[in-house]
Amino acid sequence: MLPALEISGLTKIYKGGFQALKGIDLTVKQGDFFALLGPNGAGKSTTIGIITSLVNKTAGNVAVFGHDIDQELEAAKSFIGLVPQEFNFNQFESLMKILVNQAGYYGVERKLAVQRAEKYLKQLNLWEKRNDAARMLSGGMKRRLMIARALMHEPKMLILDEPTAGVDIELRRSMWEFLRELNKQGITIILTTHYLEEAEMLCRNIAIIDSGIIVENTDMKSLLAKLDVETFVFDLKPNSEPQELVGLSSRVIDSHTIEVDVKKTQTINAVFTELNNQGIDVLSMRNKSNRLEELFVGLVGSGQAASKSAVKE
Amino acid sequence: MGSSRNIIALKSIMHKEIHRFMRIWVQTLVPPAITISLYFVIFGSLIGSRIGEMGGFDYMSFIVPGLIMMSVITNSYSNVASSFFSAKWQRNVEEMLVAPVPNWVIVAGYVGGGMARGMLVGSIVTLVSMFFVDIQIHNIWVIIVTVALTSATFALGGLINAIFAGSFDDISIIPTFILTPLTYLGGVFYSISLLPEFWQGVSQINPIVYMVNAFRYGFLGITDVSLTLSFAVLGVFIVSLYTIAMVLITKGIGLRS
Repeated sequence: MLPALEISGLTKIYKGGFQALKGIDLTVKQGDFFALLGPNGAGKSTTIGIITSLVNKTAGNVAVFGHDIDQELEAAKSFIGLVPQEFNFNQFESLMKILVNQAGYYGVERKLAVQRAEKYLKQLNLWEKRNDAARMLSGGMKRRLMIARALMHEPKMLILDEPTAGVDIELRRSMWEFLRELNKQGITIILTTHYLEEAEMLCRNIAIIDSGIIVENTDMKSLLAKLDVETFVFDLKPNSEPQELVGLSSRVIDSHTIEVDVKKTQTINAVFTELNNQGIDVLSMRNKSNRLEELFVGLVGSGQAASKSAVKE
Repeated sequence: MGSSRNIIALKSIMHKEIHRFMRIWVQTLVPPAITISLYFVIFGSLIGSRIGEMGGFDYMSFIVPGLIMMSVITNSYSNVASSFFSAKWQRNVEEMLVAPVPNWVIVAGYVGGGMARGMLVGSIVTLVSMFFVDIQIHNIWVIIVTVALTSATFALGGLINAIFAGSFDDISIIPTFILTPLTYLGGVFYSISLLPEFWQGVSQINPIVYMVNAFRYGFLGITDVSLTLSFAVLGVFIVSLYTIAMVLITKGIGLRS
């Protein structure tokens, strides 16, 4: 089966000489839910811009469902639905007109476009606002409008650049459900996000990009398995006055909180045993940070170091 | 599949463009009617009555075609310039750029929108002028072809202006400093045969002279320049400006980084 997206040797040098992409390779399978992660300025939006032809590439190849963007750009574009990071619709147009016009650009007949607009506006809880100017919507509604717009031509691949930025938790979760449902229907989804929990919850495969280089490209399970150490925070009874734990890397935060780094080779039981030896009762425990976040920080840090050393060479 | 998709895309762009200027009709359709009424009152009735005949017609009848053409030129140009620049500024031009819309469809859609506004305003101004003067028609086909080609020319000019524009100021510079002087010196208010020989020669390099005169011929049957030459000038401008617009959009100037 042809991959949904195949990128090889993709390079972008902007005017002024800034190299945003340094020859990246990436393959996304059909039906995948794929995360593209990286810090600000890593090259995520440039990559998406090139795939969707909003940015001219300097070198390399991009094929969407087997259609090379240099040879068959229009065919490649017809497979993609884009939800960009920034609001980019006409703020003065009504939601209905924005959606119907967008469908028209893909050759969808007006009558069918109106039916689809109704379907997606209802699914995304925007139907009541269909005749309002887009500028009247809240931030969360504008994000949903951009998702509806990207679906109007029923693309086989949906690319979302930070789709839940600035969206409250409840709405974010309902958007996750919506995206999961689309993926179940067979739509390939590529997501960039700053919320690593979002990537961990939704995506099966992941690439981490840093300073224009792919520093990791694997499936989510394999990536999380690389995590050597997890840090747990233990909330203790008031005035427990804990001491550092023997045989474990730990830090006393205050009289009733202790942080412990638990290696893969160790068990959490060892922590409880040690605390028990000190006569301390545990009220609750939690992960200090998202597991993916810990990996991300490690990978991105090493990527930056590699990039800096390459520059020196 | 491709051609029917392109036709739907073209209709969508034109629908959007026409809806835009109709939605803000107070800004787009009413001002030309008011401005032209003032021209008729001041130049036609008050001053025109003292001028006497020009080219064998009373002054009011002489200036009507030029004033209609002036409205067509200004509105075709400004519609595309402001709409396309606004689409760039709000970034909703990306809606078209990410879609499988060929560049010629984008150009044709915006030019079609500009022509629609230019010709609608031209029709409104013609109706208003009928309150002041008896309109006579010498050759309707010359009128239709001239107004269509002229509005297409200036719509293309507006598009190129918007592609290069980096701010809203940039889309008012060319109309103010180039388009308005060329229009006023383009034989709208006078026959260029009244000018000294040197200035008659200078006027020959003003393309608007050819447009106004071809249009005036359609109404009154008189022209200062050859009709064939007028259509040739319009043809050359349309082909040149279309080619420039296509090259700019294909290269992504001002649109793609």
